[in-house]
Amino acid sequence: MYTFSNKLRTFSFILMILGLLGVGYGFMTSHKSFEDVEHLLEAEAHHGGGHAEEATHHQAPAHNTHDNAEHNTHNAADAHADEHTKHVEHVMHQIANRPWAALYVAAFFFMMIALGTLAFYAIQIASQAGWSPVLFRIMEAITAYVLPGAIIVLLIAIASGTIGHYNLFIWMDPEVVAHDKLIQGKTGFLNLTGFTIRGIVFIAGWAAYRHFARKFSIAQDTADDNSNYKKSFRIAAGFLVFFIYTESMMSWDWIMSVDPHWFSTLFGWYVFASMFVSGITTIALITLYLKTKGYLEFVNENHLHDVAKFMFAISIFWTYLWFSQFMLIWYSNIPEEVTYFIARFNDYKLPFLGMVVLNFVFPILMLMSADYKRVPWFVVMTGLVILLGHYIDVFNMIMPATVGDRWSVGIPEISSILLFAGLFIFVVFTALTKAPLLVKRYPFRKESEEFHY
Amino acid sequence: MEASKVIHAIYNDDDVLMSAVKKVKAEKHHIEEIYTPFPVHGLDKAMGLAPTRIAITAFMYGLVGLTVAITMMNFIMIKDWPQNIGGKPSFSYIENMPAFVPIMFELTVFFAAHLMVITFYLRSRMWPFKKAENPDPRTTDDHFLMEIAVHGNESELENLLKQTGAVEINLVDKEAH
Repeated sequence: MYTFSNKLRTFSFILMILGLLGVGYGFMTSHKSFEDVEHLLEAEAHHGGGHAEEATHHQAPAHNTHDNAEHNTHNAADAHADEHTKHVEHVMHQIANRPWAALYVAAFFFMMIALGTLAFYAIQIASQAGWSPVLFRIMEAITAYVLPGAIIVLLIAIASGTIGHYNLFIWMDPEVVAHDKLIQGKTGFLNLTGFTIRGIVFIAGWAAYRHFARKFSIAQDTADDNSNYKKSFRIAAGFLVFFIYTESMMSWDWIMSVDPHWFSTLFGWYVFASMFVSGITTIALITLYLKTKGYLEFVNENHLHDVAKFMFAISIFWTYLWFSQFMLIWYSNIPEEVTYFIARFNDYKLPFLGMVVLNFVFPILMLMSADYKRVPWFVVMTGLVILLGHYIDVFNMIMPATVGDRWSVGIPEISSILLFAGLFIFVVFTALTKAPLLVKRYPFRKESEEFHY
Repeated sequence: MEASKVIHAIYNDDDVLMSAVKKVKAEKHHIEEIYTPFPVHGLDKAMGLAPTRIAITAFMYGLVGLTVAITMMNFIMIKDWPQNIGGKPSFSYIENMPAFVPIMFELTVFFAAHLMVITFYLRSRMWPFKKAENPDPRTTDDHFLMEIAVHGNESELENLLKQTGAVEINLVDKEAH
């Protein structure tokens, strides 16, 4: 049995408290008045070289030059004042969105680790893998975060459209929809009621599978026959079918709809690859942590090698999907699709291209050698880079639609990560204490213990 | 041609062969060669063979392929005749790079795969019309053969090999290759 060390528990609480304070600070400072934003924009225009200036803002330079030359006709001045108000309001909205988006990105990132692990776990059972049963309890513990994590994501999404000012999903704003023919055409799918019901169905399905898989797994420990194993095999197969539908729809709902004018057919797969590789990486990191604490004598470097192979292969798979999505849109260059990448290329160049280095170039070079895959600190280092890369991936999916060129990595972003990292650690390691770390009587347990590559 | 004497010990089970290899290695005899009809897992480790470096060559061949692809397309599409083809930006390689990635990928794989296979053929001396080096045709079907060089210690070796479960022990002249 694993005992949650007091040090780690305290650490997770410190993370949560620091995170909460930072998130609170982010929300407190994000509500700027019209005049504040006006002053901010003027200051930026004078300083030059600020964030906003690098971006190609259509109105900003135009009206600034007007500002300086204060001899306009009345008509032009009126139009200009109108445009100015619009611009300031736009920026004000972006600034107000930032803590929401930062919270949402971090919440989604940790939820997606747990959900990716759940899919990996179901695949291991359905494929009757012989190497992984010694890691099942770790996977089960990580998936304990699916239910709280997904509920938090859904709540943030709904809250942004009810108590917030439509800070994440502009299609939730009736004002916007009234003036937007494109969104009007999608209201059959994009409406708050449907969004909520779908979200509840997804979460209920995932949590139900997780609940029963865990129950059968624990029951199998003390059973006299393999009936629990057979049940868990059957529900794993059923869950995988359910999962691939709901995961795809979840990615439209929870991520793609932040850009309600844009759509991509392989988006669901792309998000899946991101969550899958993050989940596998987290399995490796937690396994190595527990091993250094002496809880996993039955896990050897061969298991590590297999997990690292998955990290390597799925990193490449993610890149394949990322590139396929990017290249098809770049190549055909259809205006209604390509704006998605233009926004990211103009305002998010470093995160957009940096994540390809973190998620592809780094793992492919670090984990190609069979020897390196067996060295714990190498896998840990690469794993941390992969997780960082996939955080940035989610960041790149959400931020351009919510805060636009007003993005930055500061207190709201970092404290949101701390908050959910603390919660994740707390939930996962608490779940680890609830059952022995090695499955008993699982049909492939012996094979897994003696697994060597 | 200098002729030397070798002992051919024949086994009919791969587990017996494995334990025999370990015993012969423990007695510090040098095993010249082992002929098996199929890969015996762990035999190379038991014999103490050095690990293969073919994966390293494949990696380098892949880099060669990538370089070939980049150099070729940079010359053809950007330097030599930068046409406007459907509005694609042929001003610099990086601007038009996404369109080149499929070829970069395929040539990397092509070079890595083919050159590695050719390296394998060269290194293992395999080619069409090559005279088969097979001391006993049964080793391609269901027998395993261990070849040990003899340096005047025939009877000692024969005793040892008999203990290891060899079904047949032959002392033969071998032409040096």
